[in-house]
Amino acid sequence: MNESMNEKHILSILVENQPGVLARVAGLFSGRGFNIESLCVAETNEPQVSRMTIVTIGDLGVVEQIKKQLNKIVDVIKVIDFTGKKFVQRELALIKIRARPENRAEVLRMVDIFRCRVIDVGAEYYTVELTGDEGKISAFLNLIKPMGIKEIARTGALALGREKK
Amino acid sequence: MEMLTGAEILLKSLEEEGVDTIFGYPGGAVTDIYHQLVKTDIKHFLVRHEQGAVHAADGYARASGRVGVCLVTSGPGATNTVTGLATAYMDSIPVVVLTGQVPRALIGNDAFQEVDIVGITRPCTKHNYLVIDIADLSRTIKEAFYLARSGRPGPVLIDLPKDIMSMTAPYKPVKKVNLRSYQPTYKPNLRQLNKVLPLIREAKRPLILAGGGVVLSKGSEELTRFAKKLMTPVTTTLMGLGVFPPRDQLWLGMLGMHGTYRANMATSRCDLLIAVGVRFDDRVTGDIDTFASNAKIVHIDIDPSSIRKNVAVSIPVVGDCRLALEILNDLLEKEQLDGINEARAPWLDQIEEWKSTKPLAYEQGDVIKPQYVIETLCRLTRGSAIITTEVGQNQMWAAQYYHVDKPNSFITSGGLGCMGFGLPAAIGAQVAKPDKLVVDIAGDGSIQMNIQEMATAVQYGLPIKVVILNNQYLGMVRQFQELFYDGCYACTDMACAPDFVKLAEAYGAVGLRASKPEEVEPVLREGLAIEGLVLMEFRVEKEELVYPMVPAGAPITEMLLV
Ligand SMILES: Cc1ncc(C[n+]2csc(CCOP(=O)(O)OP(=O)(O)O)c2C)c(N)n1
Ligand SMILES: [Mg+2]
Repeated sequence: MNESMNEKHILSILVENQPGVLARVAGLFSGRGFNIESLCVAETNEPQVSRMTIVTIGDLGVVEQIKKQLNKIVDVIKVIDFTGKKFVQRELALIKIRARPENRAEVLRMVDIFRCRVIDVGAEYYTVELTGDEGKISAFLNLIKPMGIKEIARTGALALGREKK
Repeated sequence: MEMLTGAEILLKSLEEEGVDTIFGYPGGAVTDIYHQLVKTDIKHFLVRHEQGAVHAADGYARASGRVGVCLVTSGPGATNTVTGLATAYMDSIPVVVLTGQVPRALIGNDAFQEVDIVGITRPCTKHNYLVIDIADLSRTIKEAFYLARSGRPGPVLIDLPKDIMSMTAPYKPVKKVNLRSYQPTYKPNLRQLNKVLPLIREAKRPLILAGGGVVLSKGSEELTRFAKKLMTPVTTTLMGLGVFPPRDQLWLGMLGMHGTYRANMATSRCDLLIAVGVRFDDRVTGDIDTFASNAKIVHIDIDPSSIRKNVAVSIPVVGDCRLALEILNDLLEKEQLDGINEARAPWLDQIEEWKSTKPLAYEQGDVIKPQYVIETLCRLTRGSAIITTEVGQNQMWAAQYYHVDKPNSFITSGGLGCMGFGLPAAIGAQVAKPDKLVVDIAGDGSIQMNIQEMATAVQYGLPIKVVILNNQYLGMVRQFQELFYDGCYACTDMACAPDFVKLAEAYGAVGLRASKPEEVEPVLREGLAIEGLVLMEFRVEKEELVYPMVPAGAPITEMLLV
């Protein structure tokens, strides 16, 4: 059922905090050939409930199937697709940037502009912490790349709906 | 409060669920359970292979509408259930499989006979559990049975560490299931159903397509009422056979790859397709773009993910099939239906013409035709037997020529197409329905996949009749090779087989053989009259083909005919 273009969807999935629930969700995506761009999971304010945030790509038919299949998993309480809704989105990235004496100032300037924080300073590398939406993180990575990136760890997107007015 | 061992709690909880029958096989990790099991009133059927235990539980469930239960040990016992679970999962059959597990302290240590069966079976169960706290045991069992039989049914597995079975804990029966994350929709949306009425009124060429969901929801009577009121012809999937009276004018037979000419033509020409409890499998639709392309489609199913998965529909209705049909029938009572049936006369005439020009056909010559065996079996038993099937040509001829007259009587591995299903499923069906005639229609290849269950049937005096259509080939694969692979029969020759008559005797059953057409009826009559397990071998035409046949992926109107 090809009815539309592939699009990115951020899904927020509330699950019972049961052993194996991550494997159930991940296995569903791999077993049915669905896409996972990023996946992020942790407990919510209710300890029995975890929230998984999954970024996936697919046309409307595929994403509809993904949501229906997710809802079929017994431990899945609720699936929210933020597409077309008002929501806030953040991702955290830790980036280890090469900091040679000649470009330290430039690194710090970028850190300042992007409102990152340097959280570890070594002889050769600065580790910085950056939060933002995906656009901001890729913009920063593009700018900093020429200076040399040693390692990156990213959380993947997190999202919550905005309050309805 | 009563202090009981885990094994005792397990068995009490099973009894709470009304379990009186278990198919199983013992082993180290479940000895505590077996030790207690024999002290209860639950009847245990000792199979000869754990795959047979799951298929038997499955056949039991399909024939009775109750949950089938199976008990096996850890490790190899557990892995042997995987094929059975996948079979039940594909066909939405309520089965609960209890597996032993190594003691908790050893889990993860590659202990003797340890496998991560919960990990292995996650994608082929509706849900599964590893019990790690004895306090969760009775609730888990309650939930497992509830999940297996509710909503879209399916198999559920519970993994039971050995130490939990032997330790003691207080037991309090659990009375209610409380799963906030699992709330199947039974009651269909009335607004959606009301939208169906104008489509019914306008339709000139309506058709009903019914599937396994109608069997599972016990909706056969409502479906028949619905079809007759609207003079609408009915076709079913393989899984739906038996939901509509086979001798009715409106009955078209099965559709799809080996469907009847009339059913496939009607599907592609209809202007309204009312699909109930089906999931539009590729063996049903063929080329999806041309499938029912002239029709508006109403799709009723309890599983939302079945709707719009494969075909676009005009009106989706999520809910229990029987309930939806019941409501539709009630709504139709109030409808002005005068004239609509007259307007459909040309459509019904067209269908009669299809029926008479291209009926299912074969010619019985010097060699036994497999179709003749099934047709004779159907005549002698008046279509009232419970049929189980193996997989392949035998299964398709059974579907085409044995006209079961009731739901829950055509028991076949539809979704998985699992060879070796028929005999153990027949055991389960016979246990569920001791007074019914149960016949396994088998191929010479498939029957050898779980032939060891002959011993089970003999041990418990189950008077199953096995009809082997022996074409000395893995016939269905050979058919594909003949038609699409230049007649190169790569590895499908099965001529080296046991002497089935002697084999039956070796198991303590009766073996009969027919090698000529004139022997078919006498052998069937003799076999059916014998009280115990009988295996009848029919030496059939080796290279007979199942017709009609739609090549995989082609439009279902492009049938190869005899
Ligand atoms: C477990 C399993 N293995 C392989 C297949 C593939 N397969 C489908 S039909 C068939 C031939 C079955 O042979 P037989 O039981 O003799 O039936 P026939 O088609 O000859 O009637 C095979 C091998 C299958 N469906 N299931
Ligand atoms: Mg064969």
